[in-house]
Amino acid sequence: MTAVTATAPPTGARTGRTARRIRSVLFSAIAVVITIVSVFPVYWMIQTSFKPNNEIITSQVTFWPKSFTLRNYQTVFDASRSEFVPALGNSIMVTLLTVTIALVFAFMASLAVTRFRFKTRKAFILTILIVQMIPGEAMIVSVYRVLDGWSLLNTIAGLTIVYVATVLPFTIWTLRGFVNGVPIDLEEAGMIDGLSRMGAFWKITFPLLAPGLVATGVFGFIQAWNEFLVSLVVNSRPEMMTLPVWLRTFQIANGTTNWAAIMAGSTLMAIPVVIFFVIVQGRMTSGLVAGAVKG
Amino acid sequence: MAEPSILFQLPIALGKVSGHTAIVTGAVMTTIGTTIDVAPSGIDGERLVAPSRGTPAGGRKGVLKGGFTPYVLLIPATAILLVLVGWPLIQLLIMSFQEYGRAQVFGAPAPFVWFDNYVKVLTDRQFWQVLFRSFAFATVNVALTMVLGTLVALLMTALTKTFRLVLSVGLLLAWAMPPLTATVVWGWMFDTAYGVVNFVLTNFFGLDYQGHSWLIEPLSFFTVLTLIVVWGAIPFVAFTVYAGLTQVPDEIMEAAQLDGASGSQRFRLIVFPYLRSIFLVVFILQVIWDLKVFTQVFALQGIGGIRDQTSTLGVYIVQVGLGSGEYGLAGAIAVLTVIIMMAISIYWVRQTLKEDPL
Repeated sequence: MTAVTATAPPTGARTGRTARRIRSVLFSAIAVVITIVSVFPVYWMIQTSFKPNNEIITSQVTFWPKSFTLRNYQTVFDASRSEFVPALGNSIMVTLLTVTIALVFAFMASLAVTRFRFKTRKAFILTILIVQMIPGEAMIVSVYRVLDGWSLLNTIAGLTIVYVATVLPFTIWTLRGFVNGVPIDLEEAGMIDGLSRMGAFWKITFPLLAPGLVATGVFGFIQAWNEFLVSLVVNSRPEMMTLPVWLRTFQIANGTTNWAAIMAGSTLMAIPVVIFFVIVQGRMTSGLVAGAVKG
Repeated sequence: MAEPSILFQLPIALGKVSGHTAIVTGAVMTTIGTTIDVAPSGIDGERLVAPSRGTPAGGRKGVLKGGFTPYVLLIPATAILLVLVGWPLIQLLIMSFQEYGRAQVFGAPAPFVWFDNYVKVLTDRQFWQVLFRSFAFATVNVALTMVLGTLVALLMTALTKTFRLVLSVGLLLAWAMPPLTATVVWGWMFDTAYGVVNFVLTNFFGLDYQGHSWLIEPLSFFTVLTLIVVWGAIPFVAFTVYAGLTQVPDEIMEAAQLDGASGSQRFRLIVFPYLRSIFLVVFILQVIWDLKVFTQVFALQGIGGIRDQTSTLGVYIVQVGLGSGEYGLAGAIAVLTVIIMMAISIYWVRQTLKEDPL
């Protein structure tokens, strides 16, 4: 594969090359094993979701469905047997609202702390950093009481504002990094060319921030979509559940009888997250590869 | 408020092109995200320096005074954080000094009992058990995650492009799984009657695991839990450390090799010092995430585990507060938890500020 050893002494080269090949094969084999372990639960979830029940309730576990069925997905969508559809609606609503509101608020805040100098600037950024380390698990009881006080339990609005507060610190911190990365000189050059300050900002800086907005938006999406504890405590009424709480409820109810349907529900819940992960990851892998081949 | 469910982390390239060097990869983490900027340009003293920004933070020109504008821009974010973090935090503190149980929820006045709740918590054997359990769990999980994650990262540097891509995709899938979904799936794999784990152990390895229950016995429960958490956390550590490894200059590594340094020496003397700040940040985040683990524990208890013998701090707070209605006690436990987490987080905040000054 490589010709690195070509200039080394002949005998040394041969043993060196063999050793290197053995090592390369060994490493590749380990990589394959790790990949299998990594992927196995995902594969197991998906293949189970397509199995008919008689292939589940059996001591002869098979690693691939003998006959594919979509019945498990029908069960999940069947309104008389599961609350999946309303939960999906709630999740979509809460997630979209969270992402939109958090992005707007965080964008405003990140502009304030990067493009302006004012007295409480440093205090604000420091607070942001500290706030995101406060464990939500500790706050849950008083958050419940605060929402209860405003009759916001079991509402989309209540859950949304908690999620916005949850993702805001991170979003502000990250966007701040992106805005800092766009030199203000660019805007000034635009202003010399006759744009107004706002015009320069919207035409020059804003497009450069798009990747940052996408990245933080995806973060907010995954966060709100996966969130479990707050949703469990705050929106406990069946018709107000989000997907994670639905999945747990459904699992408790069917845990011994219908694992295939539970896996179908799990698959449906995981798909959007995996897609978003892959979208954003693409940029990371290109970064990784760029770093790796720079030599 | 920090994100309530832990350990969901997402990789994002905050790609920054810096001079002629390759794109610097930042890893963005949950809640806490930070960009770990690896210096493309070398070492400053022994610490990595962040790549210089377009405009240096200090003495930047063209920064606006703007009068009231920045304050106006901060209003929405400040308001929502005050109302949903600040106010609940104060409430939590007050509640921890009150007798606050079911009666108070229904309108009875809550008398101040000052430190009674704290005394009660700190003299309760169960609290210390939970605390010990949480720390033991975090220690084991952080150690496993860091060591295995770093090994995977080192492996990635030694692989050919194809195998590295395969491995990356595999890790990515594990990483992308929502923690709750992952727990439910692992719960199914470890199912007593029809789980694939018992089947494989019995049929392929000739062990008698037919009908074996994995979750009833606490130690076995925590083994499965550790498997779930470590499985989900390794990708983050591996990707982040790998991104750092690619920034270690090849010349230095080659020079060390020519000087006869062994593999472990090269890691200890060159790679580790180079990546020290990355290791530190990842380590602290893992400690915090594993200490406050909630979703996986709670969901696994739902699949089959004895709650009293397997609860960790996060679950215990919810159990005492919302389960038993002892809000005052739960408040005291929560305040203690916040203090512990903040004490650990100080290092993270300091490190973050070093990397990226205000």
